Amino acid sequence: MMLTSNPFAELSASIAPAVIQTYVVIMIVLVAAGTLFDIVHKGSARYFLDNWRKSKSKGAKEIGGGELVSVAIKTGLVDVLASGEFCNARRRVAHLLTMYGFVIYVITTAIMVFAYPTPATPTPAILPQLWWLGGLMVCLGGYWFWFFIRVDVAAEGNSPLRLMRADLFILSLLASVTLGLIWAFLQSRGGSGASVVFGLYIIATTVLFGSVPWSKFAHMFFKPAAAFEKRISYSNGSRSNLPGPADKPEVFGSARGQPRHY
Amino acid sequence: MPTFVYMTRCDGCGHCVDICPSDIMHIDKTYRRAYNIEPNMCWECYSCVKACPQNAIDARGYADFAPLGHSVRVLREEKKGMISWKIKFRNGHEKNFVSPIRTTPWGSIKGPAEYDAPRPEDFAKQELAHEPEALKIKGGLPALRRDQLKQGVV
Repeated sequence: MMLTSNPFAELSASIAPAVIQTYVVIMIVLVAAGTLFDIVHKGSARYFLDNWRKSKSKGAKEIGGGELVSVAIKTGLVDVLASGEFCNARRRVAHLLTMYGFVIYVITTAIMVFAYPTPATPTPAILPQLWWLGGLMVCLGGYWFWFFIRVDVAAEGNSPLRLMRADLFILSLLASVTLGLIWAFLQSRGGSGASVVFGLYIIATTVLFGSVPWSKFAHMFFKPAAAFEKRISYSNGSRSNLPGPADKPEVFGSARGQPRHY
Repeated sequence: MPTFVYMTRCDGCGHCVDICPSDIMHIDKTYRRAYNIEPNMCWECYSCVKACPQNAIDARGYADFAPLGHSVRVLREEKKGMISWKIKFRNGHEKNFVSPIRTTPWGSIKGPAEYDAPRPEDFAKQELAHEPEALKIKGGLPALRRDQLKQGVV
């Protein structure tokens, strides 16, 4: 029952669906505005365009339109959809869990809030099930990352509970999702405290989506750009200025000149 | 030449933090990327440069060796056991160096924890634990016998 009922439809008994819908729209606007502010403030778009131009001028060969599309598709499939950038398998699995969990969770939340806002429009059971699945995936990947995978904690003798700005994104995400799941659970049981947890859930969600300019949230936009730029630099031969593979160095041994002193 | 990190390339995996003998590679508190907290204290061992799987760490050349506007890039290829350095001077001059990292295959050296714990009687011996094995000397380390020593000393 808990896994198949739409928590937002049950909520419509106490809060008008229009209020929740307005809240979701505000969150979307906050993310868009926060990301734009972040790009302008940090100059990240300009940085990537400059790098792109530099790499183009240094590149050994021109990249055609077809190759550009293939590089873009590769970036999308390997670096974005499969988190190909991570060299550590545990971090990659944790990231995939959190990323797909979050995507499923956010999309199902939006569908449930806008398409099935009240019990009058019965929600298909699959939506709340996916919402729960997504939320649990975020919790699994996120808590695993925060407690066990994070660097600079055990090795530096720091407390695992030490907080810093880099934790703002992951912790507000975990708080938002965890509190959301607890609220849905309490509400379906008809238990007391559901409204208190709902209040905390809204606060955590507002922090998550409102803190974009200060948190790591914007990485979902600039990381694919960085991965694309890196792939382009390999296909145009500039290789991010790295030396060539060791089997065919550009200058090796024979090019050594005699010392020119007396 | 102290090292520095390209924050856009770093993915915060922490290999450099683990390997740095000077403990100056740290994780940035805002973006969770690595950075060299104190270039003055860098031993210039380049362990982090070689260890970085993302090629995100470079060395900053000294002015007498490579004045401003230079770049020193490193590519490590574990499978080939080779390391390549590309040094670009500001006048466009470029130098490439390739050298073997080591003579044995990557990953073939056993870590201390992979050996058996030394037996109690091993503590009384002169050799370190597993030392004769590692040196590949049959019958232990060569040592002078009593009758080879100068008479009257022992």
